[in-house]
Amino acid sequence: MVNIQFIEHDGNEHSVEVSTGGSVMHAAITNGVPGIDADCGGSCSCATCHVYVNAEWLEKVGELSPTEEAMLSLSTDRKDNSRLACQIQVTEGLDGLVVTTPEFQF
Amino acid sequence: MSDIASGTESKKSKWSMVGKDPYAMPIEKIDLSHPGIWRANEFLPFMERLRSEEPVHYCAESAVGPYWSVMKYKDIMEVDTSPHIYSSEPTIGIVDSFEEFTLPAFISMDPPKHDEQRRVVQDVVAPANLKNLEGLIRQRVCTILDGLPIDEEFDWVEHVSIELTTQMLATLFDFPFEDRSKLTFWSDAATAIPGGGVVSNQTERWEALQECFAYFIRLWNDRVNEKPGNDLISMLAHGEATRDMPQEEYLGNIILLIVGGNDTTRNSISGGVLALNENPAEYDKLRANFSLIRNMVSEIIRWQTPLAHMRRTALVDTELGGKKIKSGEKVVMWYASGNRDEESIERANEFLIDRANARQHLSFGFGLHRCMGNRLAEMQLTIVWEEIMKRFHKVEVVGEPERVYSSFVKGYMSLPVKLQALD
Repeated sequence: MVNIQFIEHDGNEHSVEVSTGGSVMHAAITNGVPGIDADCGGSCSCATCHVYVNAEWLEKVGELSPTEEAMLSLSTDRKDNSRLACQIQVTEGLDGLVVTTPEFQF
Repeated sequence: MSDIASGTESKKSKWSMVGKDPYAMPIEKIDLSHPGIWRANEFLPFMERLRSEEPVHYCAESAVGPYWSVMKYKDIMEVDTSPHIYSSEPTIGIVDSFEEFTLPAFISMDPPKHDEQRRVVQDVVAPANLKNLEGLIRQRVCTILDGLPIDEEFDWVEHVSIELTTQMLATLFDFPFEDRSKLTFWSDAATAIPGGGVVSNQTERWEALQECFAYFIRLWNDRVNEKPGNDLISMLAHGEATRDMPQEEYLGNIILLIVGGNDTTRNSISGGVLALNENPAEYDKLRANFSLIRNMVSEIIRWQTPLAHMRRTALVDTELGGKKIKSGEKVVMWYASGNRDEESIERANEFLIDRANARQHLSFGFGLHRCMGNRLAEMQLTIVWEEIMKRFHKVEVVGEPERVYSSFVKGYMSLPVKLQALD
């Protein structure tokens, strides 16, 4: 199992244990973590699973795809460490991953 | 002049499918583009047949020319998220051009220009800004609802749905409040089919739009000389990507924002009342648990699908659902059908206010063109229902609704209701 920590914009923390293979978005939704809507169900076409990846994990999480970049570019609170959680696959290497959810999904 | 352009839908109309048995006609003759079946509320069985027998369907002859219909949720998703194959240019309307020219707006642009222009205006409808507007919206909703009569028949469309969305639009534009009914008329005229009840001919429609353009040019000229404000016109007049935009582009975006923020929410407000009346068990669920409102709002938006379709144009030869689509051909995504697709949405043909994954519907579209105002719409609908439930036992539909003559704007001209007081 892999541990992922979600921190809400107001500091509330949610720690979940998930198996590998799914996405970080899926990990949040199936464990009832608030702050992620995932309107498109994980096909990188709505930007409502926007998360900020903590600095020390950015490299491990990997590069943005052009589609992910395009969707995020339409987000009003985009930052350098913005990612779509549906595009991050849960692997052993991400055990301990920390992401923060924005105040609003848009 | 084509049948649609003249708006003279009659039983003799060559293109009308009103009253026809959807399963008795040759499948290639099915033509969802014609407004008649939408006004007559007969579109569902035609869509159902296409979904099961020919989910990517070619209509070779229609009043709007040949076009492909995409009926299934997953295929619609594919088209909507492949702008490099399915372009939004030159227009997202099923009719190539209603008038001699079409106004440019970012809804009918591809990247990168689309992205640049959208970024400038989206802040005004982003959740952070909406938070500031919530109090004002609620106050206006309360004023409207408190002025309604109890146990007396009136038109919900005119007195609630239109009034509320028009007030909201005036707020977003910082439009002179006393002139706000003009916004409603311009919005209706922009999408109207002449003869369908709003304007009687193209000249009248064009005159309405000219008046709208003159008004908004005046507002631009005022705002550009003032300090930058938080309203949409000021944002356009001062925004780096838009301040030098050609006038027709400005007007195209204004029309887009007027229509986008008006018809859609208006018809979802009316559609929710109708859906709850047609599904009394759901109304009971709602009365028992107001915390379902947020979820119900998504379900109402799915159920209503206030814009029935969006059109794309193939940029290359491609394949979809086993059909070969040629470069340049018109491809219509029927959101109204995808939202009833049992293969992607469980019990898709039932209205369930406590549905799981209610947010996963097609009404806002997906991909780069996903509805910019979706959070504003959800907020308006949520507030409307919270305040309705505080005040009335039931908004009772007491007669047949009159539906819009359009295969694009799926909505209501009128909805007669009576309000029942709380016990």
